[in-house]
Amino acid sequence: MTFKHAKLLLLAALLLSLLISLFAGRINSYVLFVLYAIGINIILAVSLNLINGYTGQFSLGHAGFMAVGGYTAAVITNQFGDLNAFAAGALFFGALLAGGLLAAVTGLLVGLPTLRLRGDYLAIVTLGFGEIIRVIFQNMNAVGAARGLSVMHGSTNFFWTFGTAAVTIYVVTALVHSTYGRGFIAVRDDEVAAEAMGINTTKYKVTAFVVGAFFAGMAGGLYAHSIQFLTPSGFNFMQSIAIVVMVILGGMGNTPGVIIAAILLTLLPEGLRWLAGIPSLPGIAKAYPFAWVGNTRMIIYSLLLIGLMLTRPQGLFTWKRRPILPA
Amino acid sequence: MTSPSENPLLQTERVTIRFGGLTAVSGLDLQIGRNELIGLIGPNGAGKTTVFNLITGVYQPTEGTILFDGQSITGCKAYRITARGIARTFQNIRLFSSLTVFDNVRTAFHLHLQGDVRHALWRGRAFWAEEKAIATQVLELLEIFHLEKFRAAPAKSLSYGDQRRLEIVRALAARPRLLLLDEPAAGMNSSEKTDLMRLIQFIKGKFQISVLLVEHDMQVVMGICERIAVLDYGVKIAEGRPDEVRRNPKVIEAYLGEERTHDA
Amino acid sequence: MTEFLQQLINGLAFGSILALIALGYTMVYGILRFINFAHGDVFMLGAFAGFYLAPKIARVLPTPSIGSGLAVLFAAMLICAAIGVVIERFAYRPLRGRPKLTVLITAIGVSLFLEYTGQFVFGAAPKSFPRLIPDYPIAHVGGLSVTSDQIIVLSVTGLLLVALRFIVLKTKIGMAMRALSFNPEAAALMGVNTDIVISFTFALGSALAAAAGILFAINYPAIDPLMGILPGLKAFVAAVLGGIGNLPGAVLGGLIIGVTEAFVSGYISSTYRDAIAFGVLILILLVKPSGLLGKKEVEKV
Repeated sequence: MTFKHAKLLLLAALLLSLLISLFAGRINSYVLFVLYAIGINIILAVSLNLINGYTGQFSLGHAGFMAVGGYTAAVITNQFGDLNAFAAGALFFGALLAGGLLAAVTGLLVGLPTLRLRGDYLAIVTLGFGEIIRVIFQNMNAVGAARGLSVMHGSTNFFWTFGTAAVTIYVVTALVHSTYGRGFIAVRDDEVAAEAMGINTTKYKVTAFVVGAFFAGMAGGLYAHSIQFLTPSGFNFMQSIAIVVMVILGGMGNTPGVIIAAILLTLLPEGLRWLAGIPSLPGIAKAYPFAWVGNTRMIIYSLLLIGLMLTRPQGLFTWKRRPILPA
Repeated sequence: MTSPSENPLLQTERVTIRFGGLTAVSGLDLQIGRNELIGLIGPNGAGKTTVFNLITGVYQPTEGTILFDGQSITGCKAYRITARGIARTFQNIRLFSSLTVFDNVRTAFHLHLQGDVRHALWRGRAFWAEEKAIATQVLELLEIFHLEKFRAAPAKSLSYGDQRRLEIVRALAARPRLLLLDEPAAGMNSSEKTDLMRLIQFIKGKFQISVLLVEHDMQVVMGICERIAVLDYGVKIAEGRPDEVRRNPKVIEAYLGEERTHDA
Repeated sequence: MTEFLQQLINGLAFGSILALIALGYTMVYGILRFINFAHGDVFMLGAFAGFYLAPKIARVLPTPSIGSGLAVLFAAMLICAAIGVVIERFAYRPLRGRPKLTVLITAIGVSLFLEYTGQFVFGAAPKSFPRLIPDYPIAHVGGLSVTSDQIIVLSVTGLLLVALRFIVLKTKIGMAMRALSFNPEAAALMGVNTDIVISFTFALGSALAAAAGILFAINYPAIDPLMGILPGLKAFVAAVLGGIGNLPGAVLGGLIIGVTEAFVSGYISSTYRDAIAFGVLILILLVKPSGLLGKKEVEKV
C-alpha cells in the first residue's frame, strides 16, 4: 500500500465527517450516541495499538490517559457558559487539545520508568499507574472526587469524533509506515538488535507512549462531552482491558484489524442489550437486564481472550499482508 | 608480530568486566587498524562474545577504556556506538522477524535519516525524496549480496544461510567502519564456508572497512584473517599472524581437551 | 505506643494473608516464569467455598468450633487446589512454549472469567461470612485489642508455613519443584515429570490462597466475587518486593506491605491505602527489580 494520497484521504475524511455532522439532527440520538462510542473506541484502540501492537510495550493502563484527558477537557469547558457556535467550537477544540497534551505528559511520566521492564512486569506497572491515576481523581475534590463531575457542554458531535479518529489513524499509520517508523517494530521484535542497528529504543518507547497517550486523552475529552458525567470508576482497569481486547482481537500492529475490532466490540453490548429486550428470552435475562448485560459482556470478553490466545493469538483480522514498500 | 599503525581504528586498554564473582574478561589490550581483518578465537566460554558486547556497548566495562578512532566510547550507549561506526551481527541470528528482508535492512538506514518525525507525518516532497533514496540504497545493497529477489519476503522465511547473509547486509547498511561478525560460519557446510570467506574479503575490499571476526572454525579463521588474537578464560594469551598463532604452545594447550576442528 | 503495637498487629495479620497469596504467585513464577493473574480470584473462590461449605459442615460438626473451622478450611483448600490444577491444565498448559505475552493475556482472561462468572453465579452483592470459630474473649492489654480472629490468622499462617517448608525442603516433590525452578531442561532430563510437578505447584499455591481466603473472610466477613482483585494485586507486589521466585521473600514482602498499609492508614490517611502497594511496586522496580531477597537475572546476548 502506498500512502502517497494519505493526506488527501485525511482531508476527505474530515470533510465527510463535517458534512455528516451538519445533518446529524436527522439521526436518532441513540444511534448517534453509539456512533460516537464507536469513534471514541477507534481512537482508543488505534492509539493503544501504537504502544502495544507496533512497539510491543504491553500497557494495561490506557484508561488512565483517557481519564486525564477527559477531566482536563471537562474542567476547562465547565468554566464557560453558553457561547456562540464558533466560540464553542474553538473552546472545545482547545479543551480537547489541552486534555491530549496533559495526557501526553502523563504518558511521558509513565513511559520513562517502565523502559527497562519486561512484558509481565511492564503490564503490571502500567496497570498500577492506571489505578494510581484513578485513585488520584477519586480523591480530588476539585473534580468531584467519587461523586463525579458534571460536564456542562455536550459538545461532542460527529465531526469532532470522527475527525479526531481520522487524524489518529493518519498519524499512527504515517508514523509507522516510514523508515523512521520501522524502528517501532524493530524495538518490538528484538530490542538488543535494534540498539545494535543504531535505534534509540528508549526514545521510540517513550514516543509511542506519548503519542498513544495524547490521542487517548483526546478520546477522553470526547467521551466526557458525550455522556456529560465523569466518574473515576469509569476509567478503571476494566476499561483498560476493554481497549486491550480490541487491540488483541484486531491483531497487534494491525491498524485496519483493530478498527474493525473496535467497531464490533462497541456494538457487542448494544447487541446484548437488544437481546435482553427480546420478550421470548428466559426469565433470568428479563429479570436482571443490566446485570445480564454488564456481566455477560465481561464473561464474553474473558472467554474471547482465552479462546483467542489458545487458537488465534494473532487476532481475527490478521491476514497475509502485502509488504509495505514506498512508491 | 605485526602491529597496526599508531592511529588504530579501535583500541581497548586493559578492559575488564566482572559479573558478580566471575571475571569474564580481564585486562584486554586489543588494537584494530584501518582496513584490517582480525580474528578473535578461543575455547568455548573464553569471553569472545563478551568482548563484542563490550565494544558495542551492550555491556559496560568494570575497568579500562575503549577508544574508537581516538575517541572514548567507554560507557556509551549501544545505539550511539553504532552511530559512530561500529556494527555487528549476532551468534544466534537476531533479525526482525516480523519485518520483510527489505525492511530489515531499511531499519539500519534510520541512522542516516535527515528528516525526522515531523517529516514522516507531513509527508511532503522532502520525505518522499528521502524514502526513495533509501529504497534505492537498500535495493543496491541487497543486489550486491544476491538477496534482492527476497526483498518482500518475511525475514524469517529465508534459509539459514541467507538469514546470516541478511544479517551481515543489515549491519553494513549502518555504514560502519568496523564490522563485528559473531560466528558467521556456524552451521555451514564446507562450500558455504568458502563462499563466506570470499564474502568477508569482498566486503573488506569493497567497503574499505575493518572486520573483527569471532569464529570457531579454523578453516575460516586461518584462511582469511590477517592477524589473530587468542582468548582463554577472558585473558589474551597470544596474538599474531595465523601461522604464528597456530604454532604457539600456549594456544595449543588452551585448546587441548577441546574438540579440535580439523582444517579442510 | 499502644497505637503503634495495635497497627503492628493489624498489619501483621493482614500481611500474613497477603503472604499466603504471595507464595502462590512466587512458586508459579519460580517454575514457569509467568505471573498467574488469576491467582487472586482463587483466593476469592476459597472464601466462597467456605461460605457454601459451612452450613453443610455445620450439620455434621458442632458450629462454631475449632473442629468445624478446620474442616471448612481443609475442604476449601482441597477444592481450590483442584480448581488450580484444572485452570493450569486447560488454560496454561496448551500455551507452554508460546510467547510470554500470550499466556499473560490468557491469565487475564481466566481472572476476568472467574470474577464475572462469580458475579453471575453468586450474585454481585456482598455476602456475610458465617462465624466458623467462636469469638473467644479477646486480649486487652492496656488499650491494645487483639481479637481471637487475628490470633487464628497468625497461628494458621504459621502452621501452613511450617508445612510448606517441610514440603519444599524435605519431600521428593519439593525437591523436584526446586530443581524445576533452577533449570527446567535439566530437571526434565533427570527424570522429573514436569507436568506433575507443575500441577502440584498450582495445587499447593491455590490451597494456600484458599486458606488466605478463609482467614480473610473470618476477619472481614463481607465477601463478594470481586474481593480477590485488590488483595491479589497487593500480594503480587509483595512477591516482587521479596524477590519473585523466592519463598521466604514472598512472606517477608507480604508482612512488609501489610504493616506499611496499617501504619499509613492509621497514622496518615486511609484514602490512599490501596495506592501504597502500587507505589511500592513502582519504587522497587525502579530501584531493585530483583526484590529484597532475589538475585539478578542477566539476559544472554
